[in-house]
Amino acid sequence: MEEVKEKREVVLPGEFIGEKKGRKVGRGAYFEGEKVFSKFLGIPRTSEMEISVIPLSGIYLPNFGDKIIAIIESVELSGWFVTINSPYNAFLPLAEAVEEFVDTSRTDISRYFDVGDVIFCRISRVTKNKTVQASMNDVGCRKLYGGIIIKVTPSKIPRIIGKAGSMVTLIKSKTGCDIYTGQNGLVWIRGENKAKAIEAILTIEKESHTIGLTEKIEKMLGE
Amino acid sequence: MKEMEGQYALELIMKGKRIDERNFEDFREIKIEKNIISKAEGSARVKMGETEVIAGVKLNTGEPFSDTPEEGVLIVNTEFTPLASPDFESGPPGEDAVELARIVDRGIRESKCIEVGKLCIVPEEKVWMVFVDIHIINDQGNLLDAAALAAIVALLNTKIPKIKDEEIVRGEYEKDLPVVFKPINIVVGKVGNNFLVDPNFEEEKILDAKLSVSVRDDEKICALQKQGKNEVSMEDLEKMVDIAMKKSKEIRKLVK
Amino acid sequence: MTKTEEKMIVNGKRIDGRKPDELRKIEMKVGVISRATGSAHVSFGNTVALASVHGPRELFPRWMQESESGIFRCRYNMAPFSVEDRKSPAPDRRSVELSKVIKLAIEPALFLEDFPKATIDAFIEIIEADGSTRVAGINAASLALAHAGIPMKDLIVACSVGKIDGTLIVDLNGKEDNNSECDMAVAMIPTKEKVTLLQMDGVITRKEFSELLNLAKENCKKIYELQKKALKEKFG
Repeated sequence: MEEVKEKREVVLPGEFIGEKKGRKVGRGAYFEGEKVFSKFLGIPRTSEMEISVIPLSGIYLPNFGDKIIAIIESVELSGWFVTINSPYNAFLPLAEAVEEFVDTSRTDISRYFDVGDVIFCRISRVTKNKTVQASMNDVGCRKLYGGIIIKVTPSKIPRIIGKAGSMVTLIKSKTGCDIYTGQNGLVWIRGENKAKAIEAILTIEKESHTIGLTEKIEKMLGE
Repeated sequence: MKEMEGQYALELIMKGKRIDERNFEDFREIKIEKNIISKAEGSARVKMGETEVIAGVKLNTGEPFSDTPEEGVLIVNTEFTPLASPDFESGPPGEDAVELARIVDRGIRESKCIEVGKLCIVPEEKVWMVFVDIHIINDQGNLLDAAALAAIVALLNTKIPKIKDEEIVRGEYEKDLPVVFKPINIVVGKVGNNFLVDPNFEEEKILDAKLSVSVRDDEKICALQKQGKNEVSMEDLEKMVDIAMKKSKEIRKLVK
Repeated sequence: MTKTEEKMIVNGKRIDGRKPDELRKIEMKVGVISRATGSAHVSFGNTVALASVHGPRELFPRWMQESESGIFRCRYNMAPFSVEDRKSPAPDRRSVELSKVIKLAIEPALFLEDFPKATIDAFIEIIEADGSTRVAGINAASLALAHAGIPMKDLIVACSVGKIDGTLIVDLNGKEDNNSECDMAVAMIPTKEKVTLLQMDGVITRKEFSELLNLAKENCKKIYELQKKALKEKFG
């Protein structure tokens, strides 16, 4: 397993974070010669293979492989446009969403997904000028029925999920809710106790950098 | 499309040449005509290559500003008239026109070339207001230097009208507008490692850096404005100021 | 603001008691406007600037979109009550020019290519004006952009320098602004020592220009440390 160091110290835009040394300069970092600098106010991540920075704030910009929550925006001839909580929307082609063969000249594909439907999907392509394609061809991708969606800062999602999913599992078990977290900062929740789940999630977002957060959430949900 | 317009100029400059075969430190041919508008109290037409600008000076009486009750008032305005370029639109001045007018204004105002203390008619009540209006006639680049030059030439040839029975008598003049300096504006551009002056329309599109410098007869700097989209090093700024000061002396010789 | 006949420097001290190379009390706070993606409050003495950033967001009308890179728009505005004689709310020529030069001062630091077809909008409001407003505005906008998570090469830092009663000074207040022999505003990309804004009016010699430029650089470095502190305080 590649060792990834995620230092808790915060770096600023323009701050020096390391020498390139043949590594990939990933998201959130840029290089000048051999020196790598941060693009963001964020947490640097360094490994043998890559240097990158996770921003502490900011909107969601789509990346290949992201698992996200999306909402159907329009029904087209051979697919759907979906909003993904970004200045860019994504296109979900029919072939990436429905397994069976569909005769588009005879079928109104809104029977599969209609405007307003919520889906959990994967970003399958992002071009240089941010034309985005989504796909349902992956484990866990599905339509989400009912429930509500809340928005959080995308960079806080990992904290909401927790190590190996520990935090979100805690919230799900204590509140009995179904929860899906999208890397694009959208969280879908369904259940009678969703108010409690939402409170917990928003608290994590606000206090993500504090120590003892897990205990605080446990206490909050225990009541 | 816009980027393509400067491409050829850029290629040439990187080879050490300019489109019109000038040296980097040469201006285009400058033609100056004075008093071309009889209804104005002062006027001038300046052509720098194909760039053409007309400046007209009109004098009116008015109230002085409260903090300078015995000084005349200077107002500089610029019209980027649509006839001068397909890129200009009708309507109130856009940010480029406003910026140009204000830079020309500062060059004149800060140099104190007009003795505004001598423009008082009745203290706290009536002073001469000097309106300098600059009309762009053709934009082939470097509007700023052409406009500043037209403005100072027009001012040097401005006469103050007579006042009879509290009315201005247009066409009859009392004396010259008291102008004691000739501030000259020089825009210096940088492309790669080359510094150039008087950028034409295509060259303006590909400059890496641009600095506007207004210099007075006694070699004092009266106004500076960095223009353009890119950052510039402090060393380059120093070099550009040196070039501007040198060129301002040459251009001033054309002004009478 | 009125011009004055009084001496602006007496016994080596300025009218507010400062030494020539002393900055006013500077306060910086990040995250002051919750509806904005990023925001900041910066004050230099009595000059107060608020900045907020919206975006990156979709740009309309579509024909304004650049397919290869995002665009950055910036508006500088002074509140009517910010100055002695009430200023009309309509944008005046000074605000139009300053909006342009401030945008050009900040843009070189932004990675606009990271969000094609989108726009980042920055708004600067001067709530109280006591000299060096564009400088306070730029410092605030820079913090707001970093707070908003906009990818940047570096922060942008700005300061004002000038000459009064023959002495070179730093951070001009309103009265000094109106009575100075020269006032000069400089904005820089601090770690690369590159200049993104330079405006000077007054009367100075060639040598004084070099001295003022260096004085600006030194003070930009000090202000940069304060910007970094304000950001780290918010997130540390």
